[in-house]
Amino acid sequence: MTPFSDSKTSKRKGRGEPMVWFSAMWLGFGMLMIIVLLSIIVKNGLTSFWPSPVVQVELVENSEAGLKNSSTLAGDVRKEQVRTTAGESGEDVHEIQLFIGNREAYNTAFRFVMESDIAEKSFPKGIMRAERLEYGDMIGYPVRLELSGGETISATDEKFAATFSKIVKEGNHRRDEIEHIEKDLIGKINRSMEAIKMKRPRSEGDEALNKELDQKQAELQAEYEELAKEAKEMRDLQTVNTLFYTIPTGEERSIGTGNLIDYYYPNQLNVFQRVGRFFARIGHFVTEDPREANTEGGIFPAIFGTFVMTILMSIVVVPFGVLAAIYLREYAKQGPIVRAVRIAVNNLAGVPSIVFGVFGLGFFVYFMGGSIDSLLFSDRLPTPTFGTGGVLWAALTLALMTVPVVIVSTEEALVAVPRGVREASLAAGASKWQTIQRIVLPASLPGIITGLILAMARGAGEVAPLMLVGVVKLAPTLPLDTIAPFIHMERKFMHLGFHIYDLGFQSPDSEAAKPMVFATTLLLIGLVIALNGFAILIRERLRRKYKTGAF
Amino acid sequence: MTTDLENPITEKTSGSPQGGQSDFIKVKDFSFNYTPDVRVLKGINMSIPEKQVTAFIGPSGCGKTTLLRNFNRMNDLIPGISHEGTIHIDGQDIFDRKLEVISLRKRIRMIFQKPNPFPKSIYENVVYSLRVSGRNNKAMLDEVVETSLKDAALWDEVKDRLHDSALGLSGGQTQRLSIAHAIANKPQVILMDEPCSALDPISTAKVEDLICKLKEQFTVIIVTHNMQQATRVSDQTAYFYLGKMIEMKDTKELFRSPDCEETERYISGKFG
Repeated sequence: MTPFSDSKTSKRKGRGEPMVWFSAMWLGFGMLMIIVLLSIIVKNGLTSFWPSPVVQVELVENSEAGLKNSSTLAGDVRKEQVRTTAGESGEDVHEIQLFIGNREAYNTAFRFVMESDIAEKSFPKGIMRAERLEYGDMIGYPVRLELSGGETISATDEKFAATFSKIVKEGNHRRDEIEHIEKDLIGKINRSMEAIKMKRPRSEGDEALNKELDQKQAELQAEYEELAKEAKEMRDLQTVNTLFYTIPTGEERSIGTGNLIDYYYPNQLNVFQRVGRFFARIGHFVTEDPREANTEGGIFPAIFGTFVMTILMSIVVVPFGVLAAIYLREYAKQGPIVRAVRIAVNNLAGVPSIVFGVFGLGFFVYFMGGSIDSLLFSDRLPTPTFGTGGVLWAALTLALMTVPVVIVSTEEALVAVPRGVREASLAAGASKWQTIQRIVLPASLPGIITGLILAMARGAGEVAPLMLVGVVKLAPTLPLDTIAPFIHMERKFMHLGFHIYDLGFQSPDSEAAKPMVFATTLLLIGLVIALNGFAILIRERLRRKYKTGAF
Repeated sequence: MTTDLENPITEKTSGSPQGGQSDFIKVKDFSFNYTPDVRVLKGINMSIPEKQVTAFIGPSGCGKTTLLRNFNRMNDLIPGISHEGTIHIDGQDIFDRKLEVISLRKRIRMIFQKPNPFPKSIYENVVYSLRVSGRNNKAMLDEVVETSLKDAALWDEVKDRLHDSALGLSGGQTQRLSIAHAIANKPQVILMDEPCSALDPISTAKVEDLICKLKEQFTVIIVTHNMQQATRVSDQTAYFYLGKMIEMKDTKELFRSPDCEETERYISGKFG
């Protein structure tokens, strides 16, 4: 018999390596959890944009689900669940959750209905769903349109669809114009007024200057009144046309067409229209400003704020971390002090982020910001300019928090540069700094970018420290705009992470905000992935460029 | 081929048929320690003539590379070193405190056992030593690249891809690129630390031809383990053993009739 008989090998194969399987199992478990988490977020985040059909349910008599003494409800199904009733003989009850909208009429936008209470379900073609400026969505049947000229168009009239569509479009257009007047034009006048106010203390006793300022102020005031009047006239026009509609309970209600943003008939859409509307809603979500305590509208300022803050943080953290790592690794004499510094740097990464927030508030906001204010913006005091939370301080705080990550990965990259290449450079008559700058740093760039990726991943998702140093629930102005000096480092900003917290746990109607929370989470993950993907792309290009040769 | 080799340095040569001064590099009572207890060179005395090839041979650990690395003070990078005695190159004490080590290394270039091309283009590799000296004139650099690569017998192989990465070259090409890179700045001395030990026979032959040509312009010192190579390329050979220079004389003579028994045992392959 040969020493390598089949029976022996197969026996060895069959036994396997339990530790390999064990570790693989844990990796698999971890992967599974990540996939489940991501798919929950993706599913919930995306389904909130899907224009699902509206179901109208007729309730059985004496059902508790009815509203306003009516037995009819309509809405889209948000959830189907089995609930065990309270008491000794707990029964399993099937129920559905409907989004019924019309919050001003019902005082709620969601309703649970037990399957056993439903007598009849139908999908009426004529039901309309409209997005409004206030009180969330309307779900009901259009009845008639009363126009400013006294004309009334019934919903059954063939002119209705075209006229209504035109009026809503006009309203949207007018709303944009009002916003332009109020935000841009009046904002400009306000800034000019502010400038005049700043000059006032200096004009004391100077008659000519005083007179000039008075005149300028009067001009601005007149201009302001003109614009304000124009805005008011337009605002009045927004409510001259009225849509009358009945909500499913039968009650007739009315709304000024200027308050409607968009409308559609959810039970008349075909698949393509649904898909189109789905993407349109995603588009609105990422490009528009939030409304109604952030529970409606889009989250553009939060995306933009997160993006600007993360980029600012990267701009600060990379040079800071890289220079520190170069000193630690290339210049400092390796010994107990450097070892101690390195341990301290590593431990800095483990400090709870809120501690960095407190430090940022004390050092950056109050000390540095306060000093800047008293030196450069003393005319505006006591109103703080830099002496309050802002995007710059938030970026600096996060940079401080993530700098250990960059230092550690840069040091690793520096160590990995082969000694031979350094010697070749020194032997060519390059100084130490020339060698670092021309040979060592380019070769360690991929490692430095790895550090940046880790720093961004940590920084972009951080919320706790930001709450202390500049994030707000609603920031009407972005940190970047077209008004000089274009970058407003002192401005407060919105942040996706904080937005999630605010929507999910601070909003008056958390049920209504739930889809927004998922969608915002999805966007935050998407933003971090996009930023990291970009950095990874650069890193791959650099790796190809600087890959060590065959030798 | 000979036209390529005409350059200012050859014109400077003095009357001697073998090249320039006979004690261009003068090592006197030189001892070297890596740590206070580890003395690797013991009282070396030698004179190396200008524009000739001098080979250092000897078994591993005998100190020949250490001495070579002292000529351009590459050993400065190692903490804890110390030395006694002096080394003069072209009449200048290289350990003079006033001497800038960077300017020394620009004059005394080194080629390593393992070629270490920079992760840059072939062109940038050749002109690296000029760039770090702040010489960035495009026309001048173009010319230097061409003459250096021609002198290094690499021009025909790479002239169409000067701006490709140097990391794509073969081992032999990379070593010749190192030589082009070393001669680009017109140094006085070229130190070679086993330049062919990682190369195949054909590449080795090319590099050896090159070394024979280089001595028309430069003083070359080569450390080698290959005794045939020493006989092929060098004019003088120095034999080192256990940190001492045992003997140094004309290569042919040394291999024909060595003065010391140890040298004979080594070159005849009885040990080492």
